[in-house]
Formats: sequence, C-alpha cells, structure tokens
Amino acid sequence: MRYKIEIQSLSAWFGSKQVLQDITMRIKENVVTAIIGPSGCGKTTLIRCLNRMHELTPRAKVTGRVLLDGEDIYGENVDPVTVRRRIGMVFQKPNPFPMMSIYDNTVAGLKLNGVTDKKRLDEVVEKSLRAAHLWDEVKSELGKSGASLSGGQQQRLCIARALAIEPEVILMDEPTSALDPTAAAKIEQLIRILAENYTVVIVTHNMQQAARVSDFTAFLYLGKLVEYGSTKDIFENPKSELTEKYITGEFG
Amino acid sequence: MRSYRFRKLEDLIMISLAYAALIIALIPLASILVETVSRGLPAMSFSLLFEEIPPLGQSGGGIGPAIQGTLIVVTLASIMGIPIGVFSGIYLAEFRQSRLASAARFLNDVLTNVPSIVLGIFGWAFVVVAIGWSVIAGAIALAIMMIPIVTRTTEEAIKLVPLTIREAAIALGVPQWKTTLTVVLSSAKKGIATGILLAVARISGETAPLLLTILGSRFWFSGFTQPTAAIPLAIFNFSQSPFRTVDLPRAWGASLILIFIVLVINIILRYSTREKYG
Repeated sequence: MRYKIEIQSLSAWFGSKQVLQDITMRIKENVVTAIIGPSGCGKTTLIRCLNRMHELTPRAKVTGRVLLDGEDIYGENVDPVTVRRRIGMVFQKPNPFPMMSIYDNTVAGLKLNGVTDKKRLDEVVEKSLRAAHLWDEVKSELGKSGASLSGGQQQRLCIARALAIEPEVILMDEPTSALDPTAAAKIEQLIRILAENYTVVIVTHNMQQAARVSDFTAFLYLGKLVEYGSTKDIFENPKSELTEKYITGEFG
Repeated sequence: MRSYRFRKLEDLIMISLAYAALIIALIPLASILVETVSRGLPAMSFSLLFEEIPPLGQSGGGIGPAIQGTLIVVTLASIMGIPIGVFSGIYLAEFRQSRLASAARFLNDVLTNVPSIVLGIFGWAFVVVAIGWSVIAGAIALAIMMIPIVTRTTEEAIKLVPLTIREAAIALGVPQWKTTLTVVLSSAKKGIATGILLAVARISGETAPLLLTILGSRFWFSGFTQPTAAIPLAIFNFSQSPFRTVDLPRAWGASLILIFIVLVINIILRYSTREKYG
C-alpha cells in the first residue's frame, strides 16, 4: 500500500499561538486514518492544513511540507484551489447551501466552477447521491431545499457534494458529532465503503468511533503527535503511557 | 409567591410600555399616510399623471414631467450608485482587516451623515458649472448619496453570512472571489436588497440636491444634459405657491404618487430577492 499524503515537520499557528508542533506522519492510500485527541489538541487544525483551509483564518500561519502524491501542496506554484479539488472536506456541522436545492447542492462544486452540461450534472447528482447512500431517500424530491433534510441526511448530502468533484482524499472533521446515534451509524458505514475508493482522514473525539471506522489512528496531544499506528495497536497496545491514559478515559 | 406576582406585574408594566411606545411611533406614520391619501386621492386624475406642469396658479395640466424626471434621475443614480455601493460593501466585508478598509469605512460613515444640500453643492460645483443644470448632475449627486447607505448595508449583510457556508464553497475548490460573488452574495441578497431599497427610497424624496443640480422644469425630458423636473421639486413648488386652492391639491397628489412609486419599488425588490426556500 502506498502513501497518499506525507506530512513533514508541519507546524501551525493562530497569530502567535502555536497549535501544531512539528507533526510528521504518512497517510496511506485508500484506508481510513483517524485523528483523535482531547479538545483543543489541534486535530481540526491538522486536517485543515491538509487542504489549505487553515490559511484562510486571519493571522494563521503554516510551516513544513505536506506532500500529496509526492508533490508539496504548499509549493510555490501550487494553487490552493486545485489542492481543494483533489482533497474534499466534510465539516462538523452539516452545512448544505441553504438557498440551493438538493440537486444544486450536490453539484454545487461543478456548477460554481462553470459546468453547465445538464446531462453530465444529472449523472453526477445520481452517482454522488448513490455513493453517499442518500439517493433512495431523496430521488423523488431533488428540487427540495437541502436545508429541509434531517441532520443525518444533510451530512450525507455534504458528503455527496464533496464526492461530486471527484476528490482523491476526503477529510472529515467530526462528521457525526452533531448527529444522533442512528444517523451517525449510517455515516460510519458509509466511511468504510468510501475507503475502498478514497483516502479518508477523519477527526473524531469519539474513541469508539475511531476504533470502529479507522485502519490507522493518530493520537494528538497539545499540538504534538504522540503516537501513530494501526488502530488495533493504538487501542490494544499503546506504546505511550499518555495514549493509554487517553484511550482508557483517564483524561480528555 | 409574592416575588412571582411582583415579577408578573413588572412584566405587564414593561409590555405595556413597549406597546405604548410602539403606538406613539406609529401615530405620525399613520397620520402622514392617512393625510396624504385623503388629500392626494381627490387630486388624482389622468391629466395629473400625464400632462405637462402648468405655471403656478393656472388650472389644468399635471405633473407628468416630474414623474418622468424622478424615474429617470433615480434610475440613473441607481445605475451609478448601486454597483459602486455593493462592491465597496463587498470589499469592506471581505478585507475587513486591511488598513484601506478601515479608512474607507470611516469615510463612508462620514459620508452617510453629510447633509444632502452639501451633496447638491458638490454636484453643482463639479458638474453644473461644467455642463450646466442637468439630469446627469442630479443623478451624480443622488448616486453619491446612495453609495454610503448601500455600502454599509452590503457590508453588514455579508458579515452575517455564516462562515460555514463560505468554507463549504471554498473546500469544494471554488476560488475565493467566486465564492464571494456567488454563494456569499446570494446568501446576503435579502440584506443587500434592503439597503438598496432604503437608498432608493431616500433619494427619491430628496429635494435639496436636486434644486442645485437638475434645477426643475415644467416640460418633458429633453436630454441628459438639460434641466428636468422631479416630483419632490414639484411638491416644493406647488406647496409654496400663493394660489393655494389650485396648487395645494397638486402638491398632495404629487406626494401620493411619490409614496406610491417608492412602494412599488419596494414590492418589486422584495419579490425579486425573496428566498426560494423561505
């Protein structure tokens, strides 16, 4: 299995506050990698550095390298927009565009980038909604508002929207934390299926979720990568005492 | 239990005060409307709407050129003022940190409070002196009046668009400028429309800057570099007329038409920017 993303000495700041310290890790292709750690440890910042969303925050700064298929996404001639088309993102709170229909939400990325071919859009809508396991629930009401769906459906719509631009990597920032357990379970199943074709990186504060869905787990604490390995190893024989304490619930 | 009853009483007093304030605020509004309608409606006629303006004291005629002039001047001012205002507002909202934005925001606030007569003098000094009393001069003065209102409301409306929506678009690989011009702007369109509406309503009734720029006229529009009539000027002239029995009803009629025009613009704008999924 090859490495899709290589993070090399990545540090990140908000103003003068350093939130990530010298993170180095390699993420394998077509597996699910979970990032766990207590609140404020830099999990979200880490994945936001992977698609260059971190730098959108005023006074945010990043150093280090992130290689996607061997090419530094922070390279001088790299357009962040093309990076974001290859690395999709699903956010903590479902955020469909409220003024758009389910159909338009699904292909928002294509439409906003100028695709107007109706036939192609129709195909992408069906394909993406099927891939997000939402098609059967919404196929008869594609014209309805994306905001009219339930929370879980909205999140799957957001996944469909991310899939529609055919990314190679999907980043998920606590994608189930705003959902009820049933809706969360559906998303988790979906994540397993997505890993067949995509590299998935998921941030979660829910350790059971990390154990259920991921192949590899990284434990972050106070902006540092404490331990990274197969999910089985991390949960069954953690090398670091800190990891053990965290996964047994002694703090967090 | 005493304290609960006391709180209920307190609640009742506060609500009563709020209602009383509301009624006091509505009295002048309602009386303006009632007065204008009851006095303006009898003056309404086909000739009032479509005939040229007669000299003061003369019966017959109408305020056709004034309606035409107001529509032309306001449209022209909007064509100039709205895009500048909206794009300035976008700039202020998107680059709120920049020093230029803070300076522009400050100047914009100052401009909001400049008395309209001063803008009239400005239009006179810079346009009238060069090309004479004209539609263009009036439209420029009114456009300058619109800009700060539209800018400020656009900025506020854009700031209210949740960050999550903006990030959703950016994460889809939509360039930032495109995100702003599509997703953000369409989420903010209701607020922006309100600002435009406020500005259009405000300039439609302006009299002072027009006196110094378009001058006024009794005849139909005859070119952008010529003086023209406008409803507020007609109201002003008729109401100052010594021939009260003939001219005062015309002033009321013109007032009613002005209110009606603003109302129609309001409805059109509301309708065209209504949320698809309210």
